[in-house]
Amino acid sequence: MTAALLEAAALTVGYGTDPVVEGISLTLQPGESLALVGTNGSGKSTLLKTILGLIPPLAGSLDVLGSKPGTRPKRIAYLGQAHTARFVVPIRAIEVVRMGRFAALGLLGRTSDRDRQLVHEAMTHMEVTHLADEPLRSLSGGQQQRIYLAQVMARVADLLVLDEPTGGLDVAGRERYRELVELALARGAAVVTATHDIGEAAGCDQVLLLNRRIIAHGAPQDVLNTAMLLETFGITLQGIQHDDHHDFVIGEMPHGHDHGHSH
Amino acid sequence: MYTWLILPFSNNEFMRNALVAGILVSVLCAVAGTFVVLRGLAFIGDALAHGVLPGVAGALLLGAPGMLGAAVGSAVMIVGVSFVTNRSGLSSDTAIGLLFVGMLALGVIMVSRTRGESFNGDIVRILFGELLGIRSSNVVVLAIAAVVISACVALLYRPFLLLCFDPEQADVSGFSSRSYHAIMLVMVAATVVVSFQAVGTLLVFGMLIAPASTGALLARRIWAMIAWAIGIGVASVYVGLLLSYHYGTSAGATVVFVTVGAFFVVLVGQVVGRSLAPARRKPLPTSAAGVA
Repeated sequence: MTAALLEAAALTVGYGTDPVVEGISLTLQPGESLALVGTNGSGKSTLLKTILGLIPPLAGSLDVLGSKPGTRPKRIAYLGQAHTARFVVPIRAIEVVRMGRFAALGLLGRTSDRDRQLVHEAMTHMEVTHLADEPLRSLSGGQQQRIYLAQVMARVADLLVLDEPTGGLDVAGRERYRELVELALARGAAVVTATHDIGEAAGCDQVLLLNRRIIAHGAPQDVLNTAMLLETFGITLQGIQHDDHHDFVIGEMPHGHDHGHSH
Repeated sequence: MYTWLILPFSNNEFMRNALVAGILVSVLCAVAGTFVVLRGLAFIGDALAHGVLPGVAGALLLGAPGMLGAAVGSAVMIVGVSFVTNRSGLSSDTAIGLLFVGMLALGVIMVSRTRGESFNGDIVRILFGELLGIRSSNVVVLAIAAVVISACVALLYRPFLLLCFDPEQADVSGFSSRSYHAIMLVMVAATVVVSFQAVGTLLVFGMLIAPASTGALLARRIWAMIAWAIGIGVASVYVGLLLSYHYGTSAGATVVFVTVGAFFVVLVGQVVGRSLAPARRKPLPTSAAGVA
């Protein structure tokens, strides 16, 4: 049996001594994807940061790429949420993508033709090669998100940890992102995504519904139902199956009458 | 014109020494100052520049080298800020403010306990520098420091860039943000310690911040920002020394005033330029911007 890329048992995550989510047990094999779904403050980012080794687990066990979190930097890629401090730095778009090779190159490793090729391929995939020499701060939010996704792709990591990866992306950008994930899964990587987009979560192998506790964990068809989503978001959401994707629309509100699309 | 621009330096050795020392301080402060600006370390930079005062004053009282006292003062400041931040749960800004005021107050107490005029003269020299009285040995120290700090930045460019851009990404990439932040602070402290004898503790902060800030306005890459900062710093030293020579003003203060003035000239120029020609955002190609 192939070694799991991510394995948690009775894991508690949180800050300091305050637990945010307790009792997380999951296994992610190569080629599998996991969506963390929940409202703001539900514990999604806390779990992601624990997986990355940025904050320590409070209890239980967590193996990432067969080791302690934070000890395999060359094999992990991270897309964080946008940070305004980045705008102070005078930097071109291509340099942001090149940062994706820093973990593999280390402190003094020389950039090789392969590194340059990976950067070029990632920018080509995300359709941002024409923005290569543009200052990052001059780009729109959606363009910047494509640049960050190109950086993730250029890392060629075994585990992709993505926090709100489709934020700010237009329809075409979301398609590029979806293909990026499919390519990563096809070469045996695993993908963990924190998202508010239930349609995106429906395309993953596993879904973990969070609301400062585990609401449900399992295959999307088992957990993305009206009752579970009501418990997660506090509103009624109903799924509509299309040929190639799911849509979720707001159904009858528990205490209201608003209707509309969820994303 | 030649008489006004060149003769002050060709006729006076102290002016030539001041120019060389000022250029070296400009290089040092531009390299370290670039990361002070990008990392948002201006407050700790200010605190370091002022926090060395009791260390230098103590060294002078004991007859030890001022640079040694400055190094001890910087070390106390960095360790103190880390201690307060880690143990109190207060923000680093609060910790820096506490140490800054405490160290400055201690320096003033040490000065007030000493009535001798020569000691007060030393303190004025600490605060405002002695650019026109710089010794060859100081120039050598500045030159060595400029080479070491520049080499340090070249070697640590990747973690420093990640740290400024996104500390979490630095950690995930295997470069400990805490360790490289500490290295960056030591680099800034070393710059302050070796520069204060030329431009003084009060003015070294201006040389750290102003040229690098102007570079940030003009540059599209970090190396270009450093290059701009060096160029602006060197030009400010030359113009400042000339003005000081011809109008009898304080050399260090004039240099720093010129470099801060350059920042505002560039900023106002850019604001006016942008208002006349608003920038247009480059669109995505048709295939990428279309509807799937």
